[in-house]
Amino acid sequence: MRTADLLQFNLRLLLRQRFRTLMSLLAMAVGVAAVLLLTGLGEGARQFVLNEFSLLGSDVLIMLPGRKETSGGIPPLTGEGTRDITLEDALALERLGSVQRVAPLIVGNAQTHVGGRSRELLTVGTSAVFFRLRELVVRQGQALPVIPLQRAEPVAVIGSNTRRELFGHQKALGAWLRIGDRRFRVIGILDDRGESLGLDLSDGILIPVAAAQQIFNTQGMFRVFLQIRPGSPMPQARNDIQALMQQRHGGERDVTLITQDALLGAFDDILQLLTLGVGAIAAISLLVAGILIMNITLISVSQRTREIGLLKALGASARTVRLLFISEALQLALVGSVLGAVTGYGLLALGHWFFPLLPFVVSIWALGAALGIAIATALVFAWLPASRAARMPPVLALQGLAR
Amino acid sequence: MIRLVDLSKTYQLGDQPVKALDQVDLAIEAGEYLSVMGPSGSGKSTLLNMIGLLDTPDSGRYFLAGREMNALNEEARAAERNRRIGFVFQAYHLLERLSARENIELPLVLAGMAPAERRPMVDQIIKRLDLDSRASHLPRQLSGGQRQRVAIARAVIRKPALLLADEPTGNLDSHSGAEVIALLEELNNQGITLLVVTHDPAIGQRAARRLRMEDGRIIDDSGATQPPSADSRHAHR
Ligand SMILES: Nc1ncnc2c1ncn2[C@@H]1O[C@H](COP(=O)(O)OP(=O)(O)O)[C@@H](O)[C@H]1O
Ligand SMILES: [Mg+2]
Repeated sequence: MRTADLLQFNLRLLLRQRFRTLMSLLAMAVGVAAVLLLTGLGEGARQFVLNEFSLLGSDVLIMLPGRKETSGGIPPLTGEGTRDITLEDALALERLGSVQRVAPLIVGNAQTHVGGRSRELLTVGTSAVFFRLRELVVRQGQALPVIPLQRAEPVAVIGSNTRRELFGHQKALGAWLRIGDRRFRVIGILDDRGESLGLDLSDGILIPVAAAQQIFNTQGMFRVFLQIRPGSPMPQARNDIQALMQQRHGGERDVTLITQDALLGAFDDILQLLTLGVGAIAAISLLVAGILIMNITLISVSQRTREIGLLKALGASARTVRLLFISEALQLALVGSVLGAVTGYGLLALGHWFFPLLPFVVSIWALGAALGIAIATALVFAWLPASRAARMPPVLALQGLAR
Repeated sequence: MIRLVDLSKTYQLGDQPVKALDQVDLAIEAGEYLSVMGPSGSGKSTLLNMIGLLDTPDSGRYFLAGREMNALNEEARAAERNRRIGFVFQAYHLLERLSARENIELPLVLAGMAPAERRPMVDQIIKRLDLDSRASHLPRQLSGGQRQRVAIARAVIRKPALLLADEPTGNLDSHSGAEVIALLEELNNQGITLLVVTHDPAIGQRAARRLRMEDGRIIDDSGATQPPSADSRHAHR
């Protein structure tokens, strides 16, 4: 039988049994769409996180207080150090040959007042270097000034949301605000895109690190960012830094150093696993669709027993009969998959349109896997009924007696 | 052309074995016109199905056009059916979703023939059987007589050497029944070998050679006849 004839023969059947056809198409389409949607979302989330975290640059180390035995997995994000990392530590690190820049970081929530308004805001104590490391863009005014780390200059750079929250339509640049009992002058406003390392700086305030120490009444740094001098090998820089800290902290190794790669690697693994997991769950719905197709093909075979007998009498071989039923199921699966793919990607695109932060990811492997599973299930599940039809003895089938 | 030697077939009906064919010997020459009569359950259909390669015997041998058929596998038997044998059934067995024309075309489609090659063949047979005005109709829009004509057109579209009709007039009134028989006889006149199973003595008597069956045996054979005329026999292969 020619392929074109086969397709047309099947099409006649499928069009005649519209409800049946529609149901199987729907089942297939839902399965494929679910796989694409869920893996698309997972993949989108993964890329989103990677984008966020890779802003750091691979020549940057993050130091946090406390020592955790890291044997794979996620490095400790909250450290309870035995000893604080102090500003003096930061200054000493800056003098290391293999270190180019050091940006200390203190983070906390503090009540901020402007006129009658008051908000609890994310308050970040750091230095001018931090702006360069994180490539923060100042939309208006200037970044934190380059001053000695110990100087608690009363200046602040605020995020765009903070500006709206605190000042509304009033002019913010040059205005004064109060954090706790200390006054700061607004010298800069960040560009909208203020998110980094999970801190949404557009909702925050940046002040000199020494000022933050006073507000939060602490000596210890929350984090220290270290940029390695170009040309210095990372392992050696790590050793230098650890050795210096050990020496400064009375022989104890009580800080943890993380590279971006380690951080990213851990996140990447987890998110990829997650994506695969939800994809697999969605693939089960494809299996359900496959079982539906099997049932439908079984019904089709028993309803068409006489037809099978006739086709055999007219010279259809067992192979042709099997081909008829399998290609019918395949045709259903293919059309259903295409519908599902269009729907799935349509929904993803729609999601991207509503939430632009979410990347729109068309992952070829997910599409391939979904189509592959759809077609394979159709093949596998139609095989049994189709073979039953192929085996029917012609006489019995003609009398409607074969089973 | 056809030779059956000691052909037997036993069916299991419940726990009762039924000898549908009991050591049947039969030789049929190309171009012959045979009728098969006998009481219900005497094995007429089984004989026809055996000759038509729709059924397999338990024992005995079957030669078609000089070749032993028992040795063939199902694939080869299907190919033989497609090429050499046309069937006409009492119940027509048309596919309801296909038009008359598409039903007639089916054996060519199954044989994998190209559409351009099929079209003139179908056109020709439709014209010859006077079905022009009905070609695009679905079977349910046709009368019984018209349906059987479509079934006959389908049976002979591959120009088979052998036409097997199992009670072809069983569902028809006497007028359309006579028309169908006339059509079958016309095809026989052009050379096709024709076997008709019938209950109707008037139809059975028309055949040049008449078989009578009972309990799976051929109890009466009016004898091999001289087939019509030697040259028209070859109009069909
Ligand atoms: N598929 C079958 N299963 C069991 N018995 C059958 C089957 N087909 C035919 N028979 C039996 O074989 C005998 C001959 O049947 P058949 O050839 O159809 O007779 P006829 O066509 O002369 O009426 C009958 O007794 C019938 O019951
Ligand atoms: Mg019968």
